[in-house]
Amino acid sequence: MRLAHHLAVASEWVRGDCVDATEFPDLAQQYSVRAVPRTVVNDRVAFDGAYPEAQFVDQVLQAVNGSGGGDA
Amino acid sequence: MGILTDRDRAAVTDELAKLVGPVKLVVFGAQLGDGAEYSAETERLVREVAECSDQVAVEAYNLHIDREKAAAYGIDRVPAVVVEGARDYGIRFFGIPAGYEFSNLIDGMQVAASGEPKLSPETLERVRGLTNPVHVQVFTTPT
Repeated sequence: MRLAHHLAVASEWVRGDCVDATEFPDLAQQYSVRAVPRTVVNDRVAFDGAYPEAQFVDQVLQAVNGSGGGDA
Repeated sequence: MGILTDRDRAAVTDELAKLVGPVKLVVFGAQLGDGAEYSAETERLVREVAECSDQVAVEAYNLHIDREKAAAYGIDRVPAVVVEGARDYGIRFFGIPAGYEFSNLIDGMQVAASGEPKLSPETLERVRGLTNPVHVQVFTTPT
C-alpha cells in the first residue's frame, strides 16, 4: 500500500486507493480478490502479493501503456 | 472510551511529530445504508489521530448530503478518508484504516505533509513521463 501512496505523491496522475476487502465485498468480488494484498491498476492489470518497488512500477506502467495482460 | 489506547496515542504522537507540514484528513461517511456501520468509527479514529498533532486538521462530510464534496474528491463509497497535504495528492483509504492499515495511514500523512515520496530516483524518473490518469487500488484486510 505504501508504494501506491508514494507514487500518488510523485505524480499528479496517480491516485492510490487502499481498499478494505472485507468492508467492500462487492469490489472484492468484482476484482477477484482471493488473497491480499491484491493490486488493480486502471481495471486492466492485477497482481497478488507485495511487489518490490521496481516490479510494482512495471505493473503500473504496463496498465497505462495499454499492454495489460492481467486478469482484473 | 477511545479507539486508541494511551500507548497508541503516545506512539502516534511520536510519529506525527515528524510531520514537516500541515495535513488534512477528509472523512466521508454515511448514517444510513452501505458503509454506515463503520463510518462513525472511522471518523472517531481519524479525530483521535488528529488530536495527536497540531499539524493535523479534520473535515467530515456525509456522502449523501455533501455530494459536491464527494464528487470533487472522487468518493463514491464510505467510509473513506482522503489524506491531503499541500494539495490533494490522491491518497485514499476506503474502509476504516485500522489494524495493518493504520501504519499506512500514518505513513500516508507523513508523505503528504512532506510532498516528497520515498522512492528511488529510477522510479521517480519513470513516473515523470505519465500523462494519463492511473488508478491504483490495493485490496487489503485489517488483520
